[in-house]
Amino acid sequence: MFDVHQIRQDFPILTEKIYGKPLVYLDNGATTQRPKRVVEVMDEYYLRYNSNVHRGVHFLSNKCTDANERAREIVKDYIHAAGTEEVIFTRGTTESINLVAYTFGEAFIREGDEIVVTEMEHHANIVPWQMLCERKGCVLKVVPFKDNGELDMEAFAALMNERVKLVGVAYVSNVLGTVNPVKQIIDAAHAVGAYVLVDAAQAIQHIPLDVQELDCDFLAFSGHKIYGPTGVGVLYGKKALLEQMPPWHGGGEMIKEVRFEKTTYNELPFKFEAGTPDFIGIIGLGEAIEYVKSVGLEAIAAHEHELIEYAMGQIRQIPGIILYGDAPGKSSVVSFGLKGIHHFDLGTLLDKMGIAVRTGQLCADPVMQHYGVTGMVRASFAMYNTLEEIDALCAGLKKIEQIFKM
Amino acid sequence: MTIAEIEEQIVEEFSMYEDWMDKYAYLIEIGNGLESMDEAHKTEDNLIKGCQSRVWFHAEMRDGKLYFTADSDAIITKGIAGLLIRVFSGQAPKDIVDANLDFIDKIGLTQHLSPTRSNGLLSMVKQIKYYALAYAGK
Repeated sequence: MFDVHQIRQDFPILTEKIYGKPLVYLDNGATTQRPKRVVEVMDEYYLRYNSNVHRGVHFLSNKCTDANERAREIVKDYIHAAGTEEVIFTRGTTESINLVAYTFGEAFIREGDEIVVTEMEHHANIVPWQMLCERKGCVLKVVPFKDNGELDMEAFAALMNERVKLVGVAYVSNVLGTVNPVKQIIDAAHAVGAYVLVDAAQAIQHIPLDVQELDCDFLAFSGHKIYGPTGVGVLYGKKALLEQMPPWHGGGEMIKEVRFEKTTYNELPFKFEAGTPDFIGIIGLGEAIEYVKSVGLEAIAAHEHELIEYAMGQIRQIPGIILYGDAPGKSSVVSFGLKGIHHFDLGTLLDKMGIAVRTGQLCADPVMQHYGVTGMVRASFAMYNTLEEIDALCAGLKKIEQIFKM
Repeated sequence: MTIAEIEEQIVEEFSMYEDWMDKYAYLIEIGNGLESMDEAHKTEDNLIKGCQSRVWFHAEMRDGKLYFTADSDAIITKGIAGLLIRVFSGQAPKDIVDANLDFIDKIGLTQHLSPTRSNGLLSMVKQIKYYALAYAGK
């Protein structure tokens, strides 16, 4: 039985006072909080077991290696990958996408090829492809979205042709909350022989994922958006594809034999994991996923659906509010502006009430340009948020309007 | 008045407000009351880059004193700019260079001073000091 008040007890930070007021944390799209058990597991490994992975013959090294590889199993099961060799640990979504842009780009992209992204992508799913285009002379094409936040699927279909080698798409938009029809996109891309990378940074914590059912070629996410530590992320890739891609970073762990004449590379997934990984972070990520599973992702999704419906309904009623993104079935993000009040002023004054929101361009400049604004305010929800916190946000916004009328 | 005297006056004004809301309402009032900036001075050169709000600062030297005008699209930022103008406009470059900025701490705006905060207070202060340094050398 999902009990939000019970869940809140797992997150000590939620009882903090900010400027003497109870914290209302609505910046979960930027990073989620960690439950006690994630921090405790990491503490335990730091304090009792710390030792480098994949190298030592001794007890501690084996203990950490086992836990590191156990985390890989947990991730594999969570996203339904076919095998652990398809789960590569990175520093986060950004690094995962860059890895693909470099190594897939090296092996598969030729001059004149096309890469397709959408207008609603996070900068992390735009810039690595622009850099690839500069290196390889390929062309970046953009699928626009409609004003309500829905992807323009007709425009997408029109962009599909055999020159397209890769489509990069966010599962959930970090600004608009739109849940994109990724299955449909993947099928259409495959039909013209293109591969698909799904940016799941804003989906992994809200939506059950099955990479085999989706049939995506790559999928990227970050640990800290699913109640895990920062600095750890995942790149999922289909084995057959990863095998054809050259390594990216050279160094320890990723090699089989080093000779000055010729070095041979390690098997998957280690081929892409040069250097000592953040294994304690990886163990923390595994624990975070176990925690999410123990609460139940479906129960979490149902609760978050209630939050988003309530938030959209309540915020919509505030005079002068401008909502950005109203696609049917949107996920836990509400972005808005208040007429005549700069987003920075809104964020600053909400902060003074103990309410944490994100303000600015939200790492999605093209979305700002679409609506002709310099920034927005974004409230984003997680499993531990309550309807009362949404009331607090709305009351805060009304209070700010009063201050401005004074 | 000297810079120190003006700062003291501002600290005293802000001490009347116990509630943060009143402090910010006062900042907003200062922002709204800020003398408007000549549009011609809203140039790329005068723009202080902060991620969240745009701020322009313009400096002019008259009779050995520096005079500042400023504008911002965010009203709190504009209020802060207004405070800085009140403290520094009409002062000698050397005094501006030497000025200490304790008053920002005393009125409870220190949190805005960290370099990673994006409202540009630190950048504004830096810019004012740069202008002063440049003119002090002339």
